[in-house]
Amino acid sequence: MSSEISNITSEPPNTDAVTVGSLNINDTELTLGLPGESRKLVAKRRFSVITDLKLGGNHRSDSIITKNSPSKEQLVGWPPVRSYRKNMTKSDCKYVKVAVDGAPYLRKVGLELYSGYQQLMCAFEDLFSCLAIKNVSNEMKLMDPVNGTEYVPTYEDKDGDWMLVGDVPWKMFVESCKRIRLMKNSEAINGSGMHNSQIFETTF
Amino acid sequence: MDPNPKRPKTVDRVDSVEVVNSSESTQLLCSIDPNRKRAKTVDRVDSAESTQFPDEVLERVLSLIDSHKDRSSVSLVCKDWYNAERWSRRHVFIGNCYSVSPEIVAARFPRIRSVTIKGKPRFSDFNLVPEDWGADIYPWLSVFALAYPFLEELRLKRMAVSDESLEFLATKFCNFKALSLLSCDGFSTDGLKAIATHCKNLTELDIQENGIDDLGGHWLSCFPETLTSLEVLNFASLNSEVSFDALEKLVSRCKSLKVLKVNRNISLDQLQKLLSHCPQLMELGTGAFTQELISGPVTEFKNMFSNCRNLITLSGLWDATPLYLPVIYPACARLTFLNLSYATLRSDELANLLSHCKSLRRLWLLDTVGDKGLEAVGSCCPFLEELRVFPAHPFDQQIFLGVTESGFVSVSRGCPRLRYVLYFCRQMTNAAVAAIAKNCPDFTHFRLCIMNPGQPDYLTKEPMDEAFGSIVKTCTKLQRLAISGLLTDRTFEYIGKYSKNLETLSVAFAGSSDLGMEYVLQGCPKLRKLEIRDCPFGNAALLSGLTKYESMRSLWMSACNVSMNACRALAKEKPRLNVEVIRDEDGADDSQAHKVYVYRTVAGPRRDAPPFVLTL
Repeated sequence: MSSEISNITSEPPNTDAVTVGSLNINDTELTLGLPGESRKLVAKRRFSVITDLKLGGNHRSDSIITKNSPSKEQLVGWPPVRSYRKNMTKSDCKYVKVAVDGAPYLRKVGLELYSGYQQLMCAFEDLFSCLAIKNVSNEMKLMDPVNGTEYVPTYEDKDGDWMLVGDVPWKMFVESCKRIRLMKNSEAINGSGMHNSQIFETTF
Repeated sequence: MDPNPKRPKTVDRVDSVEVVNSSESTQLLCSIDPNRKRAKTVDRVDSAESTQFPDEVLERVLSLIDSHKDRSSVSLVCKDWYNAERWSRRHVFIGNCYSVSPEIVAARFPRIRSVTIKGKPRFSDFNLVPEDWGADIYPWLSVFALAYPFLEELRLKRMAVSDESLEFLATKFCNFKALSLLSCDGFSTDGLKAIATHCKNLTELDIQENGIDDLGGHWLSCFPETLTSLEVLNFASLNSEVSFDALEKLVSRCKSLKVLKVNRNISLDQLQKLLSHCPQLMELGTGAFTQELISGPVTEFKNMFSNCRNLITLSGLWDATPLYLPVIYPACARLTFLNLSYATLRSDELANLLSHCKSLRRLWLLDTVGDKGLEAVGSCCPFLEELRVFPAHPFDQQIFLGVTESGFVSVSRGCPRLRYVLYFCRQMTNAAVAAIAKNCPDFTHFRLCIMNPGQPDYLTKEPMDEAFGSIVKTCTKLQRLAISGLLTDRTFEYIGKYSKNLETLSVAFAGSSDLGMEYVLQGCPKLRKLEIRDCPFGNAALLSGLTKYESMRSLWMSACNVSMNACRALAKEKPRLNVEVIRDEDGADDSQAHKVYVYRTVAGPRRDAPPFVLTL
């Protein structure tokens, strides 16, 4: 968990490719940028925000970590939510990760917050603001209007199989879904995306 | 809703007592606060007039005054009034436990029955203050045992309370009636056992949000069967199970019970049984609002609330599902305060519920309801005065759901009477806040937390200066403000220029230079509490408030750019301030002051300061 922190508090983007196993750290580094936006640009803007904040040298903050460490610590006491409230809220609402092909970041959705597939598609629209629901009868697709790329929502079920979202009754889907991937349409159609395990390793 | 009208309301708005114990008190007070109005000389001069007004009459009249601000003013009129006021005062409010000592309080006010004390700086709620910092209640209790043996009420916020202190309280004060602990720590359920066992006249036990060691629910069984006086019982924040049998018997025999807030372990059918014994309840906190094993149809619960004609506050509602939520619909029309901040409701569930709640004045929510849920708030609750939206997952940055600027705008359109807002979100725009200010000009408390530090307007990419500018320009009654997002000195310029009623300001990750803090210190005449973290304010900013701090309750600055020398200079110039620096654990870089806490005091430097607190 601690490694998946927005790089708002990080030092400038790491231009050296760091690899762990077959994973390229840069590909998995999470940002708050929107898909399609240059990651470096986002990181650069964030960094200049921090340097603007810290005027005058000799500044030491108990919250913004300035050491060169790969895992960034969370800010102490931020957001200002009291710890009792953390413990009180029901935390077992099921959250699954949602990945979008080509975007180097993940989001999570709370499946139990939706009552059906339509609401889930709307949530995808909200989460990935460059995507829009493509209105094709009975088919669930999202589209990037800028370049016309289509995305098909797929999910990994309890058995480890990748299925198309929308085939089973909603409640069954909520129960069996482990994670979701919005797959670029070309891969989904010819099924190659389903078997190409290498793609999954770099995305997750 | 306050069943006991003498109980002070939102403590933010009550001024602290100017407690001094010498005959030069009046002059000392006037010199501490240059803004305070001087006593009219006409009242002091004519002694013939004052003899026509016997002390007993004066005391009787003054005993009717509850407001602390008024009492402080009264005490400044003349010596006679000062004495009449101190003899007639029954309740003392101490906003900062280190601003005065228990001995001074006891010497000035001989007849106190009720005490409210606040201890640690507010940022201790967010782990910015180390453990064992102080604010121990025990020294107060040992003085009170001699001075106020008939003490009835004790209300504490952010104090360190040990089991020994609770046992002392329970055994040394024979007439003790009401205990309220909010955000305190250091005690366990054993301390509660002592209270339940020994306080024969207990009317109130209100345990909220404390760092408590929960060793089990046996404490509740310690209430003797002879205890029938309970009016307020709140154990919602305790986790372990209490004996339902003991609870049911307690509720049945306490006929004056007005407030009952149970914990999560109390089930729906247990709740139903309890409600059958106390239909007179005004405030209810439910337990878990669901049944694991469906024991019967939901209809068996549908009359649960039909006899509760006085119910105006509802909270708890853990795990509330659409199946059981309709059970509360019969009670909704009368509700003025609904706390849903523990129920993960969806927008449609909330909309259905709110359509029954036309009288709501205060509403607390989780951001799982989303912008659509807030639209429902705007359309169903025209009388809404207070809205708090808490984040369900504040520390998980991958969960991007929640509420946005559009939800806030929807509420502002439908609820023009809004005066108190606490709003956690992940995106905001200047235009949205400007619209909100225009729709709701009566804000007294505006606390906006954009959870990503230093985040700009997400549409224009500009700083959020204009957002807070529009708030302070439009909302002239603003007393409390918390700001967030990417902010330059301009925000502070606006605050200093326009916010003339501001009393409390919270700042984090904001500002560009010392000017920011200077604008506020120079511009806000009524400023009492200023808390700052992670801002580029340095020594010049700190010292610009030299003449200001004695008119304030306190200043907190952490992770800013202040040096030890500047703090020493401040301490030297102003002997009536305590300038304390909390040392970092690793102790490196000792020339910088990482956490500074400055407050006015008549008690001198702390005598109980731990080694990591340096009083300069």
